[in-house]
Amino acid sequence: MNPERKRTVRLVVALTAAVLLATALIYTSFSAADPAVTPTQLVREVRPGHTYVLTGTVVAGSVRRVGPELLFRVEDRTGSALKLPVTYTGTVPDPFEAGREIVVNVNPPANGSGIYVAQSNSLITKCPSKYQAAPPSSS
Amino acid sequence: MAVLGRACLLLALLVCVYGIGASLYGVRRGRSEWCESGRRAVYALALILTVAFVVLEIAFMRNEFSFNAVADTSSTNTPTFYKFAAVWSSQEGSLLLWAWLSAMWSSLILFLTRNRMRDITPYAQSVLLGFAGFFVGLMIFYASPFDTTSPAPTAGAGLDPLLRFWTMMIHPPMLYSGYTLCIVPFAFGVGALIARRVDAEWIRATRRFALASWLFLGLGILLGARWSYSELGWGGYWGWDAVENAALLPWLTGTAFIHSIMIQEKRGMLKVWNASLVLATGTLAIMGTFLVRSGILDSIHAFGASTLGVPFVVLIAVCIFGSIYLVVSRRDMLRTEHRLDSLFSREAAFLLNNLVLVGLAFVIMWGTYFPLISEAFTGSESSVGPPWFDRYTVPLALILVLLSGVGPLLSWRRATGSGARRNLIVPATAFVLVLVGAIAAGVPENVKALLMFACAAFAIAAVGQEFVRGTRVRRALSGEATPLAMFSLVRRNRRRYGGYLVHVGIAVMFVGVAASSSFAHQNTDVPLGRGQSTKVGAYKVTYVRPTAVLHDAPSVDGELRTALAQYPQGNQIPIHHDGGDLDHVLDLGAVLDVTKNGHHVATLRPMMSFYNGDDPSQGTVGDLLAGQSVSDVGLNSSPLRDLWSAFDLNLAQTPLQSIINRGNAIVPANRPDLALVTIAALAGSYLEHPPAAEFNLLISPLVMWLWVGGLIVLGGGLLAGSPSGSLVRGRASARVAARATRGMARA
Amino acid sequence: MDLVVVLLTLALLGAVIAIVGAPLNLPYRRREVDADEVRRGELEAARESKYREIRDTELDYRLGKLSEADHESISATLRAEAAEILRGLDDLDGAVEHQPDEAPAAAGEAEPQADETQSSEGAARR
Repeated sequence: MNPERKRTVRLVVALTAAVLLATALIYTSFSAADPAVTPTQLVREVRPGHTYVLTGTVVAGSVRRVGPELLFRVEDRTGSALKLPVTYTGTVPDPFEAGREIVVNVNPPANGSGIYVAQSNSLITKCPSKYQAAPPSSS
Repeated sequence: MAVLGRACLLLALLVCVYGIGASLYGVRRGRSEWCESGRRAVYALALILTVAFVVLEIAFMRNEFSFNAVADTSSTNTPTFYKFAAVWSSQEGSLLLWAWLSAMWSSLILFLTRNRMRDITPYAQSVLLGFAGFFVGLMIFYASPFDTTSPAPTAGAGLDPLLRFWTMMIHPPMLYSGYTLCIVPFAFGVGALIARRVDAEWIRATRRFALASWLFLGLGILLGARWSYSELGWGGYWGWDAVENAALLPWLTGTAFIHSIMIQEKRGMLKVWNASLVLATGTLAIMGTFLVRSGILDSIHAFGASTLGVPFVVLIAVCIFGSIYLVVSRRDMLRTEHRLDSLFSREAAFLLNNLVLVGLAFVIMWGTYFPLISEAFTGSESSVGPPWFDRYTVPLALILVLLSGVGPLLSWRRATGSGARRNLIVPATAFVLVLVGAIAAGVPENVKALLMFACAAFAIAAVGQEFVRGTRVRRALSGEATPLAMFSLVRRNRRRYGGYLVHVGIAVMFVGVAASSSFAHQNTDVPLGRGQSTKVGAYKVTYVRPTAVLHDAPSVDGELRTALAQYPQGNQIPIHHDGGDLDHVLDLGAVLDVTKNGHHVATLRPMMSFYNGDDPSQGTVGDLLAGQSVSDVGLNSSPLRDLWSAFDLNLAQTPLQSIINRGNAIVPANRPDLALVTIAALAGSYLEHPPAAEFNLLISPLVMWLWVGGLIVLGGGLLAGSPSGSLVRGRASARVAARATRGMARA
Repeated sequence: MDLVVVLLTLALLGAVIAIVGAPLNLPYRRREVDADEVRRGELEAARESKYREIRDTELDYRLGKLSEADHESISATLRAEAAEILRGLDDLDGAVEHQPDEAPAAAGEAEPQADETQSSEGAARR
């Protein structure tokens, strides 16, 4: 094969490999991803056997420990009437407390208990921001 | 004072606009005095922003709570060092830090290049001033650090205790230095493309800038990981968090650039690729800066949702589309001069390395931004977690480490087969030996980890061989003793051997990562009372006795000691005299004894620090403990494994709460000394009857090598980038020039 | 408004104007950027880079990665490329730049000398 041909072949092989990898990447990410939902969205869309990434705020006064489990309720970040009960086992990040924003992976309740079961060690608590952004009109 | 700050910002914006105008006018019209004036505008900007920064620092140091920034992140209680650093723990202050660092680094670099590339630097100046002006504009119109409230509040909110560690304090300046240094090669890249000159001079300068940003970014990322490991209560150092990833992306593309620019230097190839990489790195740095403060992706780092999103998106769009336009419109001059001589060459290895690095960057970028992508395509937001990231990054990392050993074995242009095969023997043997040895030694069968160990051995052996053989060559030539020979060798070939060191460091880091993520033993939330033990991996951990520490002001010392004397072990409680401000008065913890097969291995002393909650509703005494509590990790590090422990105690669920309640009822609000006495009583009671606490225990094998490797990487990077002020240079150059002329005569 | 603040602001303003305006006021001595200066910068950087390549190849040969034949061939190519760069610099200078008589003729002098400086300011300003 002349050098020109060799180069073309190399290019084609490399591009094909890249396309294959990219496809694998894209396909698995869509199938491996869990939907991110707020509490109100979750109760609307919940389907058994799926995992959801729940984002919201810990409701004040709802945090209780029962043995190895941590029980708390989550409401929408923007506030909601719905306060979703969650039970969690695993590492609890230092910033975790009522009023903080959290992200946690949950599975729908089993046998009608109504309490969502969090995946172990999946709790992320946002570092509390002491700021609200100034409204654009003020200076 | 705030007025001065605001005036500085306005002046800064004006100077940016002027500098851009002057530079562009000067370079288009060939009036170099205007270009010079534009460059000095950058110096002036650095001066103005320094004044603004000093003004803000003074406000923090003097507790001027009329400044919103001070009231929101500082307090009279905050220790001085953290007051100084609290300036950048807020959105507004961090913008000022970014702009100031950008102006300072830009000034330094423009000063160092003031006599060179004078057809390019005016454009670079304009770009740098443009970015700085953007951030200054953000501060003026969206988030000013000099906003004040009148009447001034009397107290501040205080700095989040989680941030009160020196690692967290220098992490932002390091990281921002990395980001702002990424903008410099971006600016010079834009300038070079506009001026149509992407040649050796541009390459030499850009390589230096890229190395500098790579060093600072790497250091910033490493500091963040170390903070996470040693201060947060989860024992991990990397969580594939959106903001961590965002900082890693420009570092990866920067690493790719540092390699591929050498190919352009030697063979005039990959010009489009390099131009794209350098522009992408700058854009990714802006995206990283944007991500942490926009709130568009869920992350533990986010400053919180803010109105800054729109301007940043506009800036990023300008960067992306501007870059694409520049590269496409200059593609004729970016044509490649040569082709690869041989696939069996260092160039080919570098190419492959670039593909892997960019591939890594693409994977991480895809995963990080996936919530936005999925929302765009499917209407609902979903996110991928660490297992997805690991699935793709681990194989790529394996290839990367292996390649970092292959590169040193090959020479430029083309390598001789027999020579390369000979040089391959030692590394390949190391690979096999380590693999077999690990399996034989009983290392659990984790394919990826074992492969990583073997690949690391390969890379380290390959580099070691280079050092040994190179020293031998040097000795043969100069007759120097071995240590001196190696020293001279390295000194005279800093780029090469510095780079080799970086490869060693990376290999070592990955050994630490592989071992600690594959073979760790962790028990979380283990309830232990005094005398009880638990088993973690091969170790037995026993709660020996409780510990407590009080912090107070010397004036109440007497009262506290009296209170403590009533408890059997009260006089064993140390009292530190740094609690006068009542910000942090109590630590409770335990002493853990760790044994293996009956032999004592280590003593761990995890504690929990309780901070003032600034929440009167908790009661006079309760308030002192109601703030963010912070784990003080009990850590025992050794080359083979880290023993890591965290202590968690919820006072409300222990009998100690009754002491707090009684104190709340009795102690009036204006008697903080009595509140402290109650706390002392609580500490004494805790020692006497310690309630069961929850422990987080982790055995992390080889994790120390992650940090050691990181230091090696930084050292190697510094070595590779260090200039040689060699006086002998002239002579040696003349020698080489003479050989070149012999070549001329022959030709 | 605090008098001190006003004075500081004015002082800062004055300093900025002085810094930025200096080149515009003084009789400016720098000559304009011309093609020669650009070309000289290019060539000098290329020369340094080519020297480093030559040294690297020499080191690689001694480390056994290159056979003698390969080394000779690559080295010759590099030297020719270097010669071209030097020729270009000569053309710019119109003078002889290098001193051939300083060189020891033997090949046994691979002095891998770290040449990595971005500092040829003296040279650039010539």
